[in-house]
Amino acid sequence: MLKLSYADYQALRAHGEQTYPHECCGVLLGNAAPDGNQVRRIVRAGNTRSDRAHDRYNIAPEELIRIQREARGLGLDIVGFYHSHPDCPAQWSKTDFDEAHWVGCSYIITRVDKASATVTNSFLLTGTGEEDKQFVDEPLEIEV
Amino acid sequence: MKIHIPTPLRSYTGGQPSVSVPGATVGDALQQLTGAYPDLRQQLYTGEGKLRSFVNIYLNDDDIRYLPAKEATATADSDELTIIPSIAGGC
Repeated sequence: MLKLSYADYQALRAHGEQTYPHECCGVLLGNAAPDGNQVRRIVRAGNTRSDRAHDRYNIAPEELIRIQREARGLGLDIVGFYHSHPDCPAQWSKTDFDEAHWVGCSYIITRVDKASATVTNSFLLTGTGEEDKQFVDEPLEIEV
Repeated sequence: MKIHIPTPLRSYTGGQPSVSVPGATVGDALQQLTGAYPDLRQQLYTGEGKLRSFVNIYLNDDDIRYLPAKEATATADSDELTIIPSIAGGC
């Protein structure tokens, strides 16, 4: 279970609408709990894949480090990431899986059709490392 | 020096978000880290001992891959190392 506020849920979907037809990306800050990750804040990030921003995203490590420092100052951790799939299903792709290395973190994907966010799903990366990692469907609990 | 551990690797450091180790160079510090937490080694390095391609290590604000002396770069106690796996993907 991934818990996040309605405001953050709307904000990450709006981000995907604003960057359409390019992919948006960002970081979920919060806390890990036995029953799942709790998002306390979302942080927009830049997509460095300007060569194929319509179907790829990458967050610069320098930006990740800055966000991680900001999280530490707030008593929060990186608990996941979000990105959009313009005109593609809200399901993880082979590229998403190959590039997923944050075991224990949530990966939110929003489908955006014609600049309008439609389906939003979350997937938890489970396992102990590269050899046995798996994406599993993760229910979203939106807190109003 | 302090080494910041990202959330996915904290299960290998007993849940600690940062670890303090001695070390005169970046390489020394990383050896101290993986010496103290041996299971972390295979998460950071390939079987051939090379840093995995998706693992980024920063000395303060600098990627160690681009430092002239790379892992042989001298460090001070006040320096900080950050381990940060890459984040990327797409449909």
